[in-house]
Amino acid sequence: MKFGVVVFPGSNCDRDMFDALKHDLGQDVTMLWHKDRDLSKFTTEDCIVLPGGFSYGDYLRCGAIARFSPMMQSVIEFANKGGKVFGVCNGFQILCESGLLPGALLRNANQQFVCKNVFIKNSSEEVFKIPVAHGEGRYYADEQTLNELEANGQVIFRYCDENGQFTKDSNPNGATRNIAGITNAQRNVFGMMPHPERACSDILGNTDGRQIIETLLMAKQLVH
Amino acid sequence: MTYTVQIKVMPLKELLDPQGKAVMGGLENLGLSGVEDVRVGKNITLRVNADSPEKAKAVAEEASKKLLSNQVMEYFEITVN
Repeated sequence: MKFGVVVFPGSNCDRDMFDALKHDLGQDVTMLWHKDRDLSKFTTEDCIVLPGGFSYGDYLRCGAIARFSPMMQSVIEFANKGGKVFGVCNGFQILCESGLLPGALLRNANQQFVCKNVFIKNSSEEVFKIPVAHGEGRYYADEQTLNELEANGQVIFRYCDENGQFTKDSNPNGATRNIAGITNAQRNVFGMMPHPERACSDILGNTDGRQIIETLLMAKQLVH
Repeated sequence: MTYTVQIKVMPLKELLDPQGKAVMGGLENLGLSGVEDVRVGKNITLRVNADSPEKAKAVAEEASKKLLSNQVMEYFEITVN
């Protein structure tokens, strides 16, 4: 499979993502410019990645303007055909703004930009240590949407403490129900606030992110 | 004819507004009394060329629904002059 990393004006984790995929995970990766539209060399087996950063300066709302960039029109089409799309941090915000994922990311409840390692847990009870770095990461959706997400098993990661307990203190941004990452109903679009690409290399002292990218993206289905 | 359209975008009333909370703290430091709550939103001005105020409002409504606001977290109000 191939990966394409979209570069928006203001993206700043695009190189980290490229480097993690190419060098740490040995994948075929290309960068995609936001003004282009061409995804013809990607099949639905491949994965388009929306990286972290501050696309369009976070003007208006995080991800709001990126959603209307030419490349995003192709990404939305690609996702609707069943192609895999993975958004991290600002990429998650763009996926919510574009309607590919439900809900929205609001300003952190604690009025702070949070930049630290946090713990997140998947539905298989595995706990990962992954860095977060965001000011607008408080996941929010109405009660009905949240109940549907949970009923369909679409909540992929929740913030927890080191022992895997979902506590208020382990939630870095006030996210509803400790939600850190979700997928869509078809399970081909996935967004998360923490940065697995920053935790893929021994030299960085943390490789927990490698497993997340391997199991989520390189499996036949984006999320099992 | 060109109409000036004001769009007020505010965080939904039931949602915590951390920006408003921070500004509230600033007002308290200023020594002002009596301010009980602050919520911060945006005011967006459009100049719209349209045949009627209704048509100008319709354009602003579409802009507000699709880009200027996110109805998951905000509501908007439109005034046409």
